[in-house]
Parts: sequence; structure tokens; C-alpha cells
Amino acid sequence: MKRYVYINDDESSHELYCDNRISNRKYTVLNFLPKNLWEQFSRFMNQYFLLIACLQLWSLITPVNPASTWGPLIFIFAVSASKEAWDDYNRYLSDKKANEKLVWVVRQGIRKHIQAQDIHVGNIVWLRENDEVPCDLVLIGTSDPQGLCYVETSALDGETDLKTRLIPTACMGIDFELLHKIKGVIECPNPDKDIRRFDANLRLFPPFIDNDVCPLTIKNTILQSCYLRNTEWACGVAIYTGNETKLGMSRGIPEPKLTAMDAMIDKLTGAIFVFQIVVVMVLGIAGNVWKDTEARKQWYVLYPLEGPWYELLVIPLRFELLCSIMIPISIKVSLDLVKSLYAKFIDWDSEMIDYETGIPSHATNTAISEDLGQVEYIMTDKTGTLTENRMIFRRCCISGVFYGNESGDALKDTRLLSAVAGCSTDVVQFLTVMAICNTVIPIKSKTGAILYKAQSQDEDALVNAAAQLHMVYVNKNANTLEIRFNSSVIKYEVLETLEFTSDRKRMSVVVKDCQNGKIVLLSKGADEAILPYAYDGQQTRTFIEAVEQYAQLGLRTLCLAWRELTEDEYQEWSLMFKEASSTLIDREWRIAEVCTRLEHDFEVLGVTAIEDRLQDGVPETIETLRKAGINFWMLTGDKQNTAIQIALSCNFISPEPKGQLLLIDGKTEDEVCRSLERVLLTMRITSSEPKDVAFAVDGWALEIALKHYRKAFTELAILSRTAICCRVTPSQKAQLVELLKSCDYRTLAIGDGGNDVRMIQQADIGVGISGREGLQAARAADYSIGKFRFLKRLILVHGRYSYNRTAFLSQYSFYKSLVICFIQIFFSFISGVSGTSLFNSVSLMAYNVFYTSVPVLASVLDKDLSEGTVMQHPQILFYCQAGRLLNPSTFAGWFGRSLFHAIVVFVITIHAYAYEKSEMEELSMVALSGCIWLQAFVVALETNSFTIVQHLAIWGNLVAFYVINWIFSAIPASGMYTIMFRLCRQPSYWITMFLIVAAGMGPVLALKYFRYTYRPSKINTLQQAERMGGPILTLGNIEPQQRSIEKEVSPLSISQPKSRSPTPVYEPLLSDSPNSSRRSLGSRSSSSYSRNCKDN
Amino acid sequence: MSSNTPSSSAGGVGSADSAAPRRNSKRPKYSKFTQQELPACKPILTPRWVISAFMLVSIVFIPIGVVSLFASRDVVEIIDRYEIECVPQNLRNNKVSFIQSDANKTCTRRLTVPKLMKQPIYVYYQLDNFYQNHRRYVKSRSDSQLKDNSSWNDVSSCKPEDMSNGQPIVPCGLIAWSLFNDTYTFSLNNQQLAVNKRGISWKSDRDSKFGNDVLPRNFQNGTLIGGKSLDPTVPLSKQEDLIVWMRTAALPTFRKLYGKIERDLQPNETIIVTLENNYNTYSFNGKKKLVLSTTSWLGGKNDFLGIAYLTVGGLCFFLALSFTGVYLVKPRRLGDPSYLSWNRNPGGH
Repeated sequence: MKRYVYINDDESSHELYCDNRISNRKYTVLNFLPKNLWEQFSRFMNQYFLLIACLQLWSLITPVNPASTWGPLIFIFAVSASKEAWDDYNRYLSDKKANEKLVWVVRQGIRKHIQAQDIHVGNIVWLRENDEVPCDLVLIGTSDPQGLCYVETSALDGETDLKTRLIPTACMGIDFELLHKIKGVIECPNPDKDIRRFDANLRLFPPFIDNDVCPLTIKNTILQSCYLRNTEWACGVAIYTGNETKLGMSRGIPEPKLTAMDAMIDKLTGAIFVFQIVVVMVLGIAGNVWKDTEARKQWYVLYPLEGPWYELLVIPLRFELLCSIMIPISIKVSLDLVKSLYAKFIDWDSEMIDYETGIPSHATNTAISEDLGQVEYIMTDKTGTLTENRMIFRRCCISGVFYGNESGDALKDTRLLSAVAGCSTDVVQFLTVMAICNTVIPIKSKTGAILYKAQSQDEDALVNAAAQLHMVYVNKNANTLEIRFNSSVIKYEVLETLEFTSDRKRMSVVVKDCQNGKIVLLSKGADEAILPYAYDGQQTRTFIEAVEQYAQLGLRTLCLAWRELTEDEYQEWSLMFKEASSTLIDREWRIAEVCTRLEHDFEVLGVTAIEDRLQDGVPETIETLRKAGINFWMLTGDKQNTAIQIALSCNFISPEPKGQLLLIDGKTEDEVCRSLERVLLTMRITSSEPKDVAFAVDGWALEIALKHYRKAFTELAILSRTAICCRVTPSQKAQLVELLKSCDYRTLAIGDGGNDVRMIQQADIGVGISGREGLQAARAADYSIGKFRFLKRLILVHGRYSYNRTAFLSQYSFYKSLVICFIQIFFSFISGVSGTSLFNSVSLMAYNVFYTSVPVLASVLDKDLSEGTVMQHPQILFYCQAGRLLNPSTFAGWFGRSLFHAIVVFVITIHAYAYEKSEMEELSMVALSGCIWLQAFVVALETNSFTIVQHLAIWGNLVAFYVINWIFSAIPASGMYTIMFRLCRQPSYWITMFLIVAAGMGPVLALKYFRYTYRPSKINTLQQAERMGGPILTLGNIEPQQRSIEKEVSPLSISQPKSRSPTPVYEPLLSDSPNSSRRSLGSRSSSSYSRNCKDN
Repeated sequence: MSSNTPSSSAGGVGSADSAAPRRNSKRPKYSKFTQQELPACKPILTPRWVISAFMLVSIVFIPIGVVSLFASRDVVEIIDRYEIECVPQNLRNNKVSFIQSDANKTCTRRLTVPKLMKQPIYVYYQLDNFYQNHRRYVKSRSDSQLKDNSSWNDVSSCKPEDMSNGQPIVPCGLIAWSLFNDTYTFSLNNQQLAVNKRGISWKSDRDSKFGNDVLPRNFQNGTLIGGKSLDPTVPLSKQEDLIVWMRTAALPTFRKLYGKIERDLQPNETIIVTLENNYNTYSFNGKKKLVLSTTSWLGGKNDFLGIAYLTVGGLCFFLALSFTGVYLVKPRRLGDPSYLSWNRNPGGH
């Protein structure tokens, strides 16, 4: 389980570990064909088509030329294979480029330029400024005297700020020349994909240093694909190479996502397949019976008396081949084509470009656009998703004094400014903590201004605010940092940094004041992580009040505290800390434990309040999407009060009296259970609109609920349309998504940070906001957008249109295949059930891949309702969510229509072309043209909006049909020589065509008109309203009134809150509340609300 | 309609399009296509539109139906079913053995012209219950052999009539083998009535499907004799009966052209047909009919199109009327917002 890396000893590692050759390729030249074919044939549809194509090679049973199946099949396969091959070739090229890059590596004590792929574990690699790191390295030397270097990790985690990395203490101060000869062993775990953890030990061999074990953390490594910045050079020992690096391990092909629509299409395909088998069996038996009774009498057929053993199979197999076109081979190609166009429409949409950054929206996953239209639950992150994640220091409370309450900006509060000018001790201490209790790196730009590189936006805000209050964090040099306060420079030596973890919820630094040698612990953290640890005598009441007050304003609060340490206390603790940091097992937990031994008896200095503004258009977006029947869950790592305030201010939950917010809390199983049951009971009996009842749960209670009361919680999740989950971890976010998915809901997860990645990958649709927390989420997501408000357009416009279009396209594909197939079946009844194909091979092939595919492709431009109407009536999305446009019953409609049209074409053709005109080739062309005419009119009837493209596709295709057939008719060898010319000269041909169109479309049109006028769906009504102009203008007037009420109470105003007591908004509605008896009366119907709405 | 877009932020951004400075080259190019904003016409099914469409169809279809029906009625047709009559009375209970025997199969039929028949009068034979479209049958031919003398031994697709006595058959296959072999001679007023048998096949078939250098070879030489034999000195392109027969029919009831009578026939004239009843349809209960027919612009006598047109036209008229009636009795405002249920109980379902 462990890996021992011997530094500078590359011989021994050769056999054990791989070299640094990166390979992202899926195929090699040799295995491409078999592997790719194998992959393609793992799909049922492809297997089916291959079977059909193979059967067709048997000339005894094939009704048509095998080319009519092999052609499209090979085409489809060639398209997918060449796409794969092209992708793989590009991967090969980029791999090759990376592999052949020259790097400096120490070989036999001399630095050499070698190719990156020849690096072995244990080699010492030298990097210069702005070099890309070729493999995972443990730092052993840098140009910086303090052993620091800076790396940019954006390729790894998407964070754009620079991170510091430092060499292990054991390597500190080793001479430049000696670094070539250094020997030692690094004991490290086997490769894993955790890019935030590296628990290892380093032991250098004599003569370098005493035989001491030195702990290594992720801070001592630089990982593959990072860039070295602001550092002249650095060198390190290769520990993981090639595909075993942390990046290589975390690389993986995410599971392809299947949309609900794909599943439905698969289901329908299965149904058609079963139908086809039934038809084949019936016709096969009928054929054999007919053969034995009738065909034996038909002397001209000359059936042999004794057939081969397989004779009974011949006719069923012939029918199988005849009916094989029931499952359209073109559907996959058409769907892939239109889906990539949907994705392009998203990329192209000029209304979804973030004009601040100029980033357009992007659909990474081109296959799931329809799912956007079927979203039922949206799980959203708070910070950076709903809010801008641009932190601004707004208020603070220093030892009981509130600053910034009047103006809303503490930096302009004259009292604070004068306190700073007067060097009030409390304030100076407070500012010191603000300025240096962090991991910010100040960088002096060329102009002399100081820029801060911070990993967290909060720290950035605090340091900048401190700087504006004249406490400027000037410089950081290894372990010493300088701050300048009112032109006097104060130096501190950083002894220890106790880093922030989401479990501890606080971070601390231990610093030594260089002036007086005092050792101080500076801490900042969440209120519950600081205030309980205040020293006994301290009054924390004002701070608690401050925290509450700020949280109600939607501000993020941090408590700042400090404590003076004695030298002994520090030394004693420091040993423990060192030991804990060098453990390999459970290091994080051990460190946390050791940290708590220091972090107590704080003197709380004050509370900071940072504002994180809502993004533009968030309330409107949420309101619109909620009207569209989408349920919102907010999953945030932030604290409950802040989350609730943000939720209120962005229409997430309604304030009292309309809204109810139920809390699930508790620390123990029992408490959580009781609380959960109470909420569930309330939820069941509540009579207010379900969307106004929300529940809030925190991470701790959630964990218990998910572990022990999963069933109850699931029920609650189904009942409640809104939920706020605070203090949840990334894996809990993913668990919640999983929970809703398991209830068969379509979920969309939207987030912007690395902590949302798991949720985004887990959800049916992942949307990433390319925000300030880097691009990590956007990379993992299926769609990336610039702002939350684009979600509205993404779902209502793109998702809805995609759903409608795919619903039409897929059903139409089945329809047109069924029409031709039914005609073949009918024809078999008048051809002695012998399996003769009425149509020739060329026509069959062209029918499927050309005549009927082109017009329908133009439906990607079809819009049933204009974007404005959809935005105004988002409720219409319900049709997509409930799958109203593609389900077994709509499919049955199309099935019936295909049967009807087949009957019309067949009956009219055989009667109009009877007796002397019943020539096979002519009759087949008459039937085929009848089908083509009907197709054109069916597409035309189902098209809601005709653009020039649609007209061209529909009517141009009809013309193209004749042109193509004229061309074929001019070729003597084509099997339909002169047929089309003859037909087009006959008046009876044209008369027959018109008859087919009128007889086929008349009833369809009448039925559609009747439904449209007397049983209109809501889509129809809106279409009528929209296109006749008029009453639609007044439609939206009921909802905005509600909005204005909500707006009034939206509490993110900067004015002083009227009362200190919590507003009743998030008062849990208890079962003994006076309202409950009244509520229980008319409540039953709403209990199963979310399911009901699908059935009506 | 877009004028009333709610003041959503998305709309706001859209309008800011031109104002915002172009900072990023990644930005997609604006075009009406990429924005899905191509000008579109959006028809809706208003009562007026639908009713007038149905009305229009009925107005167009009924006259066409009438004209077609008249055209069909103008065609004069004499149909004579002869396969039973032409078997001597005493042999009628075993017709198959009669047809397979060497007995004299000559038979005389008298046809009376009901109405004036203008030339050209087409002579057809009609077979019933004959599956020329049977899969085994329809495939059993070799187009390359028929077309080109050099591929005379290309008989792979002709089974089981591909070889006879070890030699390829030209023309091979079941279709050619089962060539219809009844013959008709017509006389009118004791005078031979000339039947022109030239030009009864498609010109394109004679010119490019059947080669003028392909001579029948080894045809009807096997143990089983199917139908007619061919004159081995006449190239296939001149064997028009074969060419006509090889144009397989799609339906089990079909007529094939036998010849043309190129003179008018007066009403009540009696044509005496002397026919050789050779072809075996008895084993499968097939009917044989001799048909003399004139032709119209629409083809032969076929009432179907006329009746279908009248029916469809009538139904459309009826639909148009009833839609109008319903529309007048129960008018319904299109796009009435009260049909939107979320407006009826706001915030609800």
C-alpha cells in the first residue's frame, strides 16, 4: 500500500513504476477497428441492424438488395468511428506534445535535457519560471531563500489564484550544487486522485542531514499540469509519473447521461420490436400455411415437393427483413444531428452571453438538451450561484460597538475612522486579525500597488478592508510578514498556520510579534466555532446579537478572536502539532484534534459582516421557474440564517403569513427524528400552497436523517417544493441529488465552485456557472452559463424547444417507417404471403435516409410558441415535465395515423392502378409517391411556424423526390427505367396523388381542428392568443401582484431592522399552532401535490 | 408579440446587445438563424381557414369526380370469361386433366358489341388469382441475360428454371417459362379481323431491356412444359408477348395487352373469337377473361377514381358544413385566456 521513492536512484524504480508517458488514448492503430466496433455493437439498436444486415446477405430470404441496409449501416458506423478516431488522434497529438516536451532532469549527477516521457520515479526534475510541471513532484529546492515557490493550479482545480508551495524543512538550505546529489527516501501512499491530500514522509540519507523523518503534505508538492510562477526555479523529486499522477488518476470519462426522452424512445423501440416480432410470427405462419395449401397449386411457382430443413424458417425470416424498417435506422443519425444543433443554438444564443466577462454559454454535453425541458427539481448552490460571490466588507461590531449600521458601509463610518485614527486598542487588534489571520499573499505590482492573491473571497474582502482602514498587509517573506499601520511597520513571524477546514469552521495563525516577542494566536471563524470558546468571563451576548442581526440582513459573518500564548504553552503544543502533521493515517482528524487544544479561551474581538450581493435577475428567474412548476432546493455550505435571508430575498421562500418555513434540527438521532416527524406532519396537513411551505435542514441533522430516517426524509422531499439545506458538504449535496433522482425526478444541479462538482456530475443535468471560484464546476458541467439568470432561458426556451422538437422528430421517424412497413405488410396479403417487397431497394433506402429525413430535420427551427409567450407563461413547461408530447399515448396516435395512411395509400393505389395498369414497378412508384406526398403534408401540418428553411425543406424535398426519380428513371440499369416519366405523363397518376393527399389529410386535419378549437390544450390556447393578438396582454396580471407584496418585505434593505427579535419568517410551524386545526380541514388534496400535477 | 415581453433580465440583456462593447472574440456571430429568429409565418387553424379549405377541396373534387366518372363510363368494354365454357361439358369435372391432355382445345366465342367502339380497341387477356407478384416468381428472371447476348449463361437468379439438359435456358426463369399461351383470332362478318400485335409492349423495354441479338435458346425443352414456346429465330426484342408477360403485375388480378384492333366496331356487331385454350389456370381455380376495351384520357374502364373523388369531395363538403354549423351554434373564442387553468386558480395546478 505504500510507495518508497528513492531519490536520485532511477534504476530501482524502472521495473516497479511506470515512466512518465501520458496516454489518454482509447485506441491504438491495431485495436481501433475491433474495439470501436465492439463498443458500437454493445448498443441494442446496432446489434439489431447488424443482424438484419447479415440476414440480408442470404439471397433466398432477402426481399431487397442488401445494400439498402448495409449502406446506411456502414455510413452510420463510419460517421461514429471517424468521430472517435479524430478525437483519439487529437488526444494522441496532445499526448505526444506533452510526452516529447524537453525537461531538465538530473541523470548521474548531471542535469540533462530529456523528453518528459523519460522521467522516472525518483528523478530530480528542474523547472524554470512559467514551466509546466511534467509529473507530480515533491519540492526539494527553489530559488527562494525561504524555500517558497508559487504555482498556478488552474488546470487542476480551476482556481486562478497563485498558491504557495514550500520545500520540506529537511531540505531547507541545501546548497544548489548539492541538490544534484541528494539521496533519500520518500514514503508515500499509492497514487490516488485526491488533489488536496498528500500524507507522506521524507528521510534524507547522510551526509545531508540527520536521519530524521520529515512530514510532507500537499503543500510540499507540485502536481502535474500546474505552472510555476513568480519563482526563478524549483526542483523536485518525481513521485508519481505518467498516468499515475493525481491528475491522471482523477481523469476519467464520466458516465454518459441518458435523457428521459432517450429512455422513452428506447422503450417505444422495444414496443415496436415486440410488435414486429408478433407481425413476423403471424405472417410467417400464414405464409407457410398459404404456401402449403395454395402455392403448391400454383404450378408456375414450381415449389419443390421436399424443401430443405430450414424451409419453414424462410418465410418468417423474409418477413422479419421486410418489417425490419419498422425500427428506423435513421432515427439515431437524425437525433444526433438535431441534438448537436440544439447545443449549437445554446452556444450561439446572444441573450445568454455574460456581458461583463464576454463568456458565452456553452453546451458541453450535446446529447441532453431535451432533459432541460423536463427539469422538476433544481438544486442550487448559494454562494457564487445566486449571489455574485463578490465579497464586500460592510459592517463590523468591535467589542460591542456596531459600525456601519447607519451608512451601510463601515468603511465610511466616521466613528470607526476616528477610532482607527485614535489607535484604540480593540480596533487595532481587530484590524490586525483582519489583516494577517489568513493565507493571503500580497504581491507588489510594478506600479507599487499591492495586490492580494487570496484563495477565499472572504479573506480578500477582509484584507482589503483592513488596508482601507490603514492596516496594510505589505509583504510576506517566508515566515515573516509585514503590516503597515499608520505608517509604522510591524513585523510578525508566522509560527504556525492552522488551516481552515469545513469541519473546524475556523482558521488560526500563531504569530510572534517581532517587536516584543509575544506569541499570539489569531483566529477567525464561524460564530459557533468561535463564540463558545471565549474565555469564561467574556460577555458574548452582543456578539451573538450582532451575528444574528447581520445574518438577518443576509450578510456573511465571521468572528475574530485572539489569545496570547505563553512560550511554554506554545512549545508544548508545537510538538504535538508536529507529530500530528507527520502521521500518515487520519492526519486531518489528528490535526483538528490538536488544533482544538490551542483554540480555546479566546478573547473575542468582534464580528465582521461581509455582503455577498445577489446576482442580477435572480429573484425573477426563481419566480419564473417556480411558476413553471420547478421545485427549488438550496444546498449551501453557509450558515442557516444567512441562507434563509438569501432565500427570502430571492423569492426562494415567501415571508409570513404566506410562507411557512419548517426547521429540522437536532443533534441526536431522537431530536432529529422528532423534528422530522413534526415537519412531515405539518407538511401533510398544511393547506397553504405547497410552494409556500419550505423546510430547512442543516448538515448535521441531514446526515442523521439520511442515515436513519431515509424513508421519512424522502417523503418530505417529495411533499416539499422548497428546501434549504445549510452547512452541507459536497458529498451530502450529491446524496440529496441522488435521493431525488431515486424518486424518479429530473434534477438539475447548478453551482459554481469545486464543492458543487460532485452534485453537478450526479444530477441529470449539471449546470456550471463560470464564476469567480474558477472554472472547475463549469468544466464538470453539461452546460456552463455566465449568470444564474440565464438558467431561465436555458430551461424555458432551449430546453422546451428541444423537448418539443425531439418529441416530434422521434415519433415522426417511427411514423414514416411504419407507413412504408404497413404497406409492405398489406401488399404481402395480395402477393401470396410470400414476402415480396413492393418497393425496390433504391426507393426503400432513399425513403428512409433522404426523402423523409430532410423535411423533418427542418423542425429544429420550429417554435410552437414565441419565446416571449413562454417567458410570460412559464406554466406551459408543465407539458414538457409531464412528458405530454412523447409518451405511449401520443405514440399510439402516431401509430394509428401511420396505419390509416398506409391503408389510404394502399387501397387507393391498388384500385386506381388495377387491371391493365397493375404493373409492379409503376404501382410501387405510385404507392411511394403517395407516401412522400402524405409525409410532406404531415410535416406541414405539424409545423407550427414556417420559416423559409422549413418551406424549402418540405416542398423542396417533394420536388427533389421527383428530380431524383427522374434521374433514376433515365438510367436503363436502375430497375425503374422510364417509370417516372411514364407516370408523370399520366393524368391518372396526378389524380391519384391528389386523392391520396385529400383522403389521408382530410380526417387528420378535421380531427386536429376539432381538438384545437373545442378541446384546446394550453399550448393551443396560447398559440391562438399569441397569433391573433389581443388578450394575451392581460394574461399575466395576476402573478405580478404577488411579486410586489414579496418585494415590499424583501429584507435586504440597508435600513436598521425594526426589532432585534427574529422575524417570524423562519419560526417553525408547530403542530400545536393555532392555525393547524383550521388547516387540517381542507388539506388532503394537496398532500400528494407534486404527483397529482402530472395526472391532470 | 414580443413587444410585451415581461421586464425580465434576459430581455434587458438582449436589448443591450448593441450597446455593450465587444470585448470577446469568442462571442458567437449574430445572425437570425443562430438566434432562431428567422422570420416565420405561424398559421393557426382558425375556423374560417379550415372550413374554406374543406370547401375548396369539395369544390375541386366533385367536378373532377364527375369528369372521371364520365370518362370511365365512356369506355366501352367487352369482357368474356371463357375458361369454363371452353372446356367440353363432359370434362368439366376434371379440367386439369383436360388442359394437360393433347385434346383439341379450340373454342369459339361470340361477342356482341354493345356500343360504338372507336379505334384503337385494345385486346387484353385477364387472369384472376394468378400471383405474378409471388416472391419466388417475381425474382426468377435474369435481366442481364435478356439484354445482352454475351451473358446468356447468367442464370443464377433463375432457379428453378435455370438450366435444362445441362444447358442454360434463354430466356430463363419462371416468368418466361410460364408465358401465357392462349391465342385469339377474331372475325367479323366472316372476315378476319386484324389484330395488330406490334407495339403492344413498352418501347423502352424493346429498346433497352430485351436485346435484339438475344435469341431464345433451349427454351421449353425440359421435362415440364410451362407455357408458350418461342420462335428461336426471332430475337427477344421482337417477342412482344414475352415482353408484355415479363412486365410482372403487382396484383393477382391483371390484364395484359394481347393486341390492338385498329378499326371501329359498330353497335350490335358480333365478333367471333376462335381461341386456343391452352393455358392452365384450372389447377389454381384461376379465371381467364378476354377483354376488348377502348380507352379514355384516364385509361381503361375504372370507376374507382370517379367514385372516390365524389366521396371525398362529398365528405369534405359535409365536414365543411358541419364545422360551419358547430361554429355558428357554439362559437368559441380562440385563445381565450380563461381556458388556461392556471388563470382560473392562480398559483395552482
